[in-house]
Amino acid sequence: MESVMAYIVGGLYAAAIYLMLRRSIVKLVIGLVILSNAANLLLFTASGMTRGIPPLIPEGMARPEGIVADPLPQALILTAIVIGFGVLAFAVVLIYKAYDVVREDDLDNMKDTDT
Amino acid sequence: MTDLVVLPILIPLIAGAVSLVAWRSMVAQRWISIIGTGALLLVSIRLLFAVWDHGILAVTLGDWPAPFGIPLVADLLGAIMVLLAGIMGFAVALYSLATVSRGHERFGYYPLMHILLSGVCGAFLTGDIFNLYVWFEVMLVASFALLTLGGERAQMEGAIKYVTLNLVSSMIFLSAVGIVYGAVGTLNMADLAYKLDQIEDTGVVTVLAMLFMISFGIKAAAFPLFFWLPASYHTPQVAVSALFAGLLTKVGVYALFRFFTLIFDQDVGYTHNILLVAAGLTMITGVLGAAAQFEFRRILSFHIVSQIGYMIMGLALYTPLAIVGGVFYIVHHIIVKTNLFLVSGVAYQLTGSYELKHLGGLYRQAPGLSVLFLIPALSLAGLPPLSGFFGKFMLVRAGLEVESYLIVATALVVGLLTLFSMVKIWGEAFWKAEPEGAYQPNVNAVASGTRWRLPLLYVPIIGLALLTVSIGIGVQPVYELSLDAAEQLLDSSHYIEAVLGEVP
Repeated sequence: MESVMAYIVGGLYAAAIYLMLRRSIVKLVIGLVILSNAANLLLFTASGMTRGIPPLIPEGMARPEGIVADPLPQALILTAIVIGFGVLAFAVVLIYKAYDVVREDDLDNMKDTDT
Repeated sequence: MTDLVVLPILIPLIAGAVSLVAWRSMVAQRWISIIGTGALLLVSIRLLFAVWDHGILAVTLGDWPAPFGIPLVADLLGAIMVLLAGIMGFAVALYSLATVSRGHERFGYYPLMHILLSGVCGAFLTGDIFNLYVWFEVMLVASFALLTLGGERAQMEGAIKYVTLNLVSSMIFLSAVGIVYGAVGTLNMADLAYKLDQIEDTGVVTVLAMLFMISFGIKAAAFPLFFWLPASYHTPQVAVSALFAGLLTKVGVYALFRFFTLIFDQDVGYTHNILLVAAGLTMITGVLGAAAQFEFRRILSFHIVSQIGYMIMGLALYTPLAIVGGVFYIVHHIIVKTNLFLVSGVAYQLTGSYELKHLGGLYRQAPGLSVLFLIPALSLAGLPPLSGFFGKFMLVRAGLEVESYLIVATALVVGLLTLFSMVKIWGEAFWKAEPEGAYQPNVNAVASGTRWRLPLLYVPIIGLALLTVSIGIGVQPVYELSLDAAEQLLDSSHYIEAVLGEVP
């Protein structure tokens, strides 16, 4: 399972970077969305995948029986998803507003502040 | 005692929340901003003294024991950084009262400023790398909103680059956190410092070190990852520029210092060599970029990049004296750079422009301001007896001790070129006669009725200039503080012991 996920994560990173290298700001933001999801999946995969065993302690016992899934990466990903969602909401509004002001979708025409 | 570690995060957070409640009342928000940043300053002073007296302070949140819960740790470097954040927050809050326009105030300038400060202090105090990511994001989101407040064309163009590159950096950071957790199963910095040493496959560790280096390098604006900074820092309100210039890139530098002394000290010959090369190139590109600019704030922005090189040089040389110099340089740089931005804002209020060719005659118009510009400018260039001289002196001496003559030569030449840039601003903006053909000042900037605010602008500038001079003249206490901070950084057992209770 991990190896399949590894290919998926790699593919997502590649797609994200490809999109971000395009000149359109809409594709740039889509690239950012995919990049953030790719990072979340990487976090999920790298910390090990255990199938179907919830980390619950049965009543009257001090520790769970056998090997259970690690709840920490899931908590981390949940946090990362929430943060990513907020940031991307901002990014979408930003490009909308930028398009409104600059009237241009092409990053090559947005270099007034560079030189 | 332990409350002191939590308060620098809580105070700005609460101040931000309260100013959100007082959304409609600008008067209330202004008062809250002064009281909130003032309280932050007081608490950060007390925190620094507490850490200096009692050693590293650590708190585990929610009372979960150390490697499982999230610790907040204040060592000397962290406490110094929090103090600097407090000083800058207070100075910029005072300055904002006079410069920030009503339109910006109405769209939440003050709450955002508080949340930014909260994120910055959180990043300086946390002892958990995922928590560090969260504080980075808190800080970033607030800075995105502050950067785009106003919605002018230049701001939008700058913001797209700023947002994109900083998000890419965050994603690299998050990926690295994931791989670290997969490799050693812990995210606590003190625990990591110990466990990464136990890994036999040093290749993995070095790969992780590189991922963190790139991520923090983007945030610190090191070569070749700095392009977002000069593209965006000159676009927002000057108070925002000053706050960003003082604090944001330094969070990246702080993270580099923390990670590459505490956690990644396994393969110093490899990782710190890369840092050294990056430091030299950062200095050169920054200063040459500044030489080509003719806009007040853009010159200063490029100089941020070049000065970052000096701090990283201190880290990269990795001798005790070099780390002392690096810490000292951070202290000096934050104060001086914020002050220069504040001065540029006053020049703008007086003339209505940041372009050097439209500026002129400021020496005649405001002789006091000229002196206040010269103090931080010469300090930045490293002239004795101002603070910058001692920072450069320590770094150069540390470089000579380990016989890295190339980086020493670079540092000295870049110092000279910095002086060139500062003299250029001096000659163009202050010394030359007011340009003919009467450039029409921006009506908003010098609207009638804002003249009474000018004295308020000078208060933080004079305060920061005095600080620069007094660090230069009374260098000994600051040197000793940096020395102790460097000792704690180089001997990670103090940090591990404070967090985990014992060295495993």
